[in-house]
Amino acid sequence: MDETSAPVTEAHLPGADPNHPASDVPMMRVRGLKKHFPIYGGITRRQVGAVYALDGVDFDVTPGEIFSLVGESGCGKTTLGRTLLRLVEPTAGAIEFKGEDLLKYSQKELRPLRRKMQIIFQDPFGSLNPRMPVSDIIGEGLLAQGMTDGKARNKKAEDALETVGLRRDYTRRYPHEFSGGQRQRIGIARALALDPEFVVCDEPVSALDVSIQSQVLNLLLDLRRDFNLTYLFISHNLSVVQYFSDRVGVMYLGRIVEIGSVEQLYRAPRHPYTVALLSAIPDPNPRRRKKRLVLKGDVPSPAAPPSGCRFHTRCWLRERLGNPERCVTEVPELRDLEPGHATACHFPEEIDRGVVEQVAEEQSVVDTAVASPA
Amino acid sequence: MTDALPTPGVTEVPTPAPTARVEVIDAAPEGPRVLGAPPPTETLLEVRNLRTVFHVMDGDVPAVDGVSLSLGRGKTLGIVGESGSGKSVTALTIMRLLDIPPAEITSGEIWFDGREILSMPMEEMRKIRGKDMAMIFQEPLTSLNPVFSIGDQIAEQVQLHLKVTKKEAWDRAIEALTLVGIPSPERRVKQYPHEMSGGMRQRVMIAMGLSCEPKLLIADEPTTALDVTIQAQILELLKSIQERTDSALLIITHDLGVVAEMVDDVIVMYAGQIVEQGTVDQVLLSPKAPYTMGLLESIPTAEKRGARLEVIKGVVPSPFNLPPACRFEPRCPYAWDACHEIVPPLVPVRNGNGQTARCHLETEIGASRRAEAHAAHDLALDPKPDAALTGGME
Repeated sequence: MDETSAPVTEAHLPGADPNHPASDVPMMRVRGLKKHFPIYGGITRRQVGAVYALDGVDFDVTPGEIFSLVGESGCGKTTLGRTLLRLVEPTAGAIEFKGEDLLKYSQKELRPLRRKMQIIFQDPFGSLNPRMPVSDIIGEGLLAQGMTDGKARNKKAEDALETVGLRRDYTRRYPHEFSGGQRQRIGIARALALDPEFVVCDEPVSALDVSIQSQVLNLLLDLRRDFNLTYLFISHNLSVVQYFSDRVGVMYLGRIVEIGSVEQLYRAPRHPYTVALLSAIPDPNPRRRKKRLVLKGDVPSPAAPPSGCRFHTRCWLRERLGNPERCVTEVPELRDLEPGHATACHFPEEIDRGVVEQVAEEQSVVDTAVASPA
Repeated sequence: MTDALPTPGVTEVPTPAPTARVEVIDAAPEGPRVLGAPPPTETLLEVRNLRTVFHVMDGDVPAVDGVSLSLGRGKTLGIVGESGSGKSVTALTIMRLLDIPPAEITSGEIWFDGREILSMPMEEMRKIRGKDMAMIFQEPLTSLNPVFSIGDQIAEQVQLHLKVTKKEAWDRAIEALTLVGIPSPERRVKQYPHEMSGGMRQRVMIAMGLSCEPKLLIADEPTTALDVTIQAQILELLKSIQERTDSALLIITHDLGVVAEMVDDVIVMYAGQIVEQGTVDQVLLSPKAPYTMGLLESIPTAEKRGARLEVIKGVVPSPFNLPPACRFEPRCPYAWDACHEIVPPLVPVRNGNGQTARCHLETEIGASRRAEAHAAHDLALDPKPDAALTGGME
């Protein structure tokens, strides 16, 4: 595409971690990141459009923190996780890992850096090769990193299994012999075998039953402590994110719409989308049963995102404010509300608890499907 | 096989090679059955001591093992459990949608609207299913037929059950789509499933379930495949429809949050058995079975931030190798010798007011251990009660 890389040295990043001095090098620095997947059509298969999976994302991940990305399917969170490791090549933007520009390397030159950045995949059934014994699944990455000694690889694989709470002799088994929770542990062991510093966890507990989910979350927290890891945690489960992370970015249609610490975001959300997401969480405590604020319609197609604020087609706040023109014409930039807490909304000061309760009370349930584009 | 209807929800069930037991062709047992007395008329659905077994290559799987439940007209009941707990099989047995074989209903009675349905010929059952008793399946994409329009699929069912013309059936389909909040239903009714989003498809499934105004709507994980904001839409929709149509709702889910918001009564299942039963407040606020306690403790919440999550150790036991007495005993933090030796009955809990639990802690032999277990549970739910951080927008 025609975009040039965003400047890496900027004055201030909205929503930057206030506890991390701007002079220090972040674990991951992401600026103006875009990923547009082309859509081909017509007889000549020329490009007729693009899916704007990521459309200008800026954030830093501080060393040692758990930074979470939340959002619904299609918001670009998985693409973002993969683009950071260059498993998907970005269209534009800048990615720095510990101060080193990742985009200037070829895939081959990137390899030594890869061992420091690993990923845990969502689907414990689809992400393990069924024809490989566990020793090969874990050892493959080590081999790619130049560990040619098979015995040493096996030893390392056994160590990794032990670290994640599995038996050393499981290296000879195949993926089908394990339960979902055990497979996810193998996926974690595969990432850990390379002694990474930064791990992208892409929905690591979504496919698991709740009792197994908590085992895996505990394991991830233990590993972070023991190995001093930094996580980028991608999830659609807001309760897990609240329990698990330090800072959170909320994504909608390829952009970060709100960013802040867990305390800031969950206690006083300042973007109407975040408010709706939090309101939608079913609370297992029946005493806290509440009237929910329900969003209308579905997420618009990322191939044709709405103009101005991308959320304006479903925004309850815009409706309440009498549909101001600004939301349709002007793209809201992320801007700071307080140190570390930024939102991309034109009217964040209009959001407070009373307003949210009133809107939830007044809405009509049947209407909520309306306003969705065909 | 007598059952010609599609059974899209049976994917959880192991599909075995044919066994020698092909003589069992229907759920109705041979010979005269001695039935108990019918339940009172205000009870819409009553299941008594239901046992469903799957005969598979490696042996017999007791998927549902002695389940009894009761659902009043216009009420809501939730069945909670993890994968393999038998909750979906219970629902499919009630609908009589199981493939027999490999399944076999070895005992039990199911009373629906004053009639025992397990002893009914399949012909009769077909008249009830879809009309008085409808089911919403988990995966809206795979449960809708891709080659028929939405209207065809809803109208087919309406024409099957009600004496109406094709035109009237289509009008009814449009009406049902309007009820579930689908915009411009006259246009949508001619569309095909692939033209709709996941949330829309689930609305279509609900519209289909509602088209004949059923007395009982069974929803098997109705929101599991959906995003959280769409889940909120569907849950609110189910709630409002249930209030307006006065049908009873049986929700099957693994999500205790969904249960807390949606139902009057809850049943918790583990390894084919009911381990706890009561009102939603009783079960979620003062659980008595250690499995229910463990489930609640393992949910990540704001209160538990910074503390380790309590986990239920180990995994669900293999159905071929169930523990001898209490099925939860190997994973239970409070288990002692008795749990390994004596099968715990489902007993009324102390001062429970209708709540029951399957645990020795609630019987005489566990009385001395009860207080300690409950204290441990309270601590696990709120490890640092003084912390300022609380959840959500409350």
